[in-house]
Amino acid sequence: MVLPARADGIVTLGAPRLVLRDISRQYGTLQALDRASFTVAPGEVHALLGENGAGKSTLMKIAFGLERADAGTIMLDGAPITLRSPKDAMRAGIGMVQQHFALVDAMTVTENVALGSEGRLDLAETDTLIRRIADDAGLPLDPAAVVGELPLGARQRLEIVKALARKAQILILDEPTAVLSPTESRELLSWTRRFAERGGTVILIAHKLREILGVADGITVLRRGRTVLETRAHDTSEDEIAQAMLGSAGVADGRHTNRRVAMAYDAAPILELRDVAADDERGVERLHGATLSIRAGEIVGVAAIEGAGQFELLRLLAGRITPTRGTATLPERIGFVPEDRLRDAVVLDATLLENLALRSAGQRQGLMPWNSLRQAAIVLMRVRDVRAADPAAPMRGLSGGNQQKFVIGRELDGNPPALVVENPTRGLDIRATQDVRNALRAARDDGTAVVVYSSDLDEVLALADRIVVVAGGAVREVPHDRDVVGRAMLGA
Amino acid sequence: MLTMARRMVRPLLELLLAATLAVAVLAALLAGSGYPVGHSLGALWHGAFSSSSVIASGTLLRATPLLFTGLAVAIAFRAGVLNIGAEGQLLLGASAATAVALAVPPTFGAGGAVLALTAGIIAGAGWALIPAILRLRFGVLEVISTIMLNSVALNLTGLLVRGPLQETTRTFPQSALIQQALRLPRLIPGTRLHVGFALALLLALGLGWYLRSTASGFRLRMTGANPHAAASAGEIDVRRVTMMAFIASGALAGLGGAVEVTGVTYALYENLSPGYGYTALAVALLARLNPVSAIGSAVVFGALEAGASAMQRDAQVPAGMVGVVEACVILMLLASEWVGARLAQRTSLNRGAPPRRMEEDADHQSPNAATPALPPTP
Repeated sequence: MVLPARADGIVTLGAPRLVLRDISRQYGTLQALDRASFTVAPGEVHALLGENGAGKSTLMKIAFGLERADAGTIMLDGAPITLRSPKDAMRAGIGMVQQHFALVDAMTVTENVALGSEGRLDLAETDTLIRRIADDAGLPLDPAAVVGELPLGARQRLEIVKALARKAQILILDEPTAVLSPTESRELLSWTRRFAERGGTVILIAHKLREILGVADGITVLRRGRTVLETRAHDTSEDEIAQAMLGSAGVADGRHTNRRVAMAYDAAPILELRDVAADDERGVERLHGATLSIRAGEIVGVAAIEGAGQFELLRLLAGRITPTRGTATLPERIGFVPEDRLRDAVVLDATLLENLALRSAGQRQGLMPWNSLRQAAIVLMRVRDVRAADPAAPMRGLSGGNQQKFVIGRELDGNPPALVVENPTRGLDIRATQDVRNALRAARDDGTAVVVYSSDLDEVLALADRIVVVAGGAVREVPHDRDVVGRAMLGA
Repeated sequence: MLTMARRMVRPLLELLLAATLAVAVLAALLAGSGYPVGHSLGALWHGAFSSSSVIASGTLLRATPLLFTGLAVAIAFRAGVLNIGAEGQLLLGASAATAVALAVPPTFGAGGAVLALTAGIIAGAGWALIPAILRLRFGVLEVISTIMLNSVALNLTGLLVRGPLQETTRTFPQSALIQQALRLPRLIPGTRLHVGFALALLLALGLGWYLRSTASGFRLRMTGANPHAAASAGEIDVRRVTMMAFIASGALAGLGGAVEVTGVTYALYENLSPGYGYTALAVALLARLNPVSAIGSAVVFGALEAGASAMQRDAQVPAGMVGVVEACVILMLLASEWVGARLAQRTSLNRGAPPRRMEEDADHQSPNAATPALPPTP
């Protein structure tokens, strides 16, 4: 194999290493990929960029044999190749490090590498192999360490070493810096450069623009399942990439129609955060210096890319977690519609009646007032148009849309001063989506302070009177403008 | 109203079905191992139901510890606590009750019996506290810790009846007899059935009411059905509810042990329990974890056990064969549960739930698939 020569800081590229051509993939009614294309050369660090749900991960899962394409061809070193499983891909020299590591915490580094390799198990040999690869590649790793005790950066190095031990020449890293500290991110990215200089190929799935531009040679941008930009890093700018990622498509669904900014500014603040910091479940700080005030009768939209700290911001505002620093002034009762409905909002094996009773179950004393709750459930089902036989029907039998309408109705029951909502229409059909959005607007009009986060920027724009962006754990308010919001999300 | 009637009739039908299945399996086993089927089953029937005094002194007497431990299992499982340790908690309760009963002066009278039962409750709860802390502090699965603690409890009892609690002649591995004044009074004169049975009945009805009607019982059920939603949507302190469920479960089993020594054996033996705490799992599952239905399933298993003794005595059929039958019944019940859940899922799909994306599907199976054996709430 001819190594690409580097001259004057410009990478000279040979024939393409891996080509994905006209790849399409459909999930149900969702067209995840629509004739997407992707080309990467040997000796290249290539960034694959796009908004949440643009199809980046799906495309790379197809390149790694985890998913099958409905249509399209994959070419490796100029010859077509069929990838039925990750095993096929690994045999062809393609390795992938998923966002969620596939490691066994209780095992050592050596055992994890040995796991999944074929033939006789020789731990001593694996040990030597790891040391050699780790030294060669400059990825410090102790073969005897137990994975569960390693920091995330080291676990990621282990995943890479695992791929290299299987002789990967093309390495796909899915959002590799999402779990890393800034120092670890820098180390990882500079490692990718070294790997590429030695003839390897790295594909980085990413959405943090700035850090990617510093390291990538080639850039491909996906939007809504289509390839919209293929370019060299030194031929482009942050602006051009951001434009490609966000598109200039008009914003549908009444962006300005029923905004009521004027009223909101006179109203009293309901939810207030002052210089607040918060940790995630593992104790890593995800949010810092957040100051935010949300008034009665307004919808504040929260826009952010994955893992920017919005999860913690929403739970802070909903009173579900407490700040590690700063002060949060919140009302007694706050309605909360979490993103993972089936996990956090409903009990599938319980009846609608019991699911309604779940609200404030933590504070209730004495006996359950089943009769009045039954009346309330009947009213809720009628007002919120929840299609079910009666309050004794099990939640499991309801469609997703009806479940979500029920949850929003429950959380809004009795007009709480505030409502915090996370991805309210994910997975719902158009009709249910409209119902849910109308319910949120109606709550706002009734004087509730509403906070909505959606991973779909268009939904944030459609619902919000004001918009705040969470990026890298910092919160700031931005004008109601798609381009501005999009850039702020990407940290630009 | 129709649903009410169906709700009452269904558990009864299931009990009947389970009992029929048990007899059918037993008949097949008997025929297969060369025992006279008719004669053996006749002995079983005779030992369980032949007269009112047999029912009271046999079936219902055997059903009593099964009901206590069955309730212990049911209440724990409803809270999502898989307590397999009713056996050990029962033994600890029996030991503590014996120790107290042997220590109180005769002047205490009936008050001494109350003290002994209280000691049983505390000891059972305390024994369940160990797996509770292990789970809540260190994430140790209670399925494993409770089973292991059963062995510890069994050996602890063995130690007690050969050491500090051994009878005065120091010959037999058992405690001295509990004084007359502390023994539980007979419920029906002329039979061996004691007031402990009435106590178990009251507890079953009370727990049924507790789960259905009180806020605390509702929290327990919701925590068991989906702890994430209970914490997030219900703002329920899930750890606290879990801790309470461990304690209540252990207390019930411990009380069962205390009742057994003060009502039946009047002394502590190493083999006091022929596995009541394990049969309790069958009792609770057959009752679909409903405390009131557990009365019926405890009686079914009590009859099987009483009948098994008679069958061994009169037809020389090993009592262990009934153990095989019990296990078969549990397996068939679990299988029917699984098939039922599958059918329910299919009908809900047919009702036009929109197709979900693949990743979502995979994510969302987990919280509810975690407790497949739990029945829908009444």
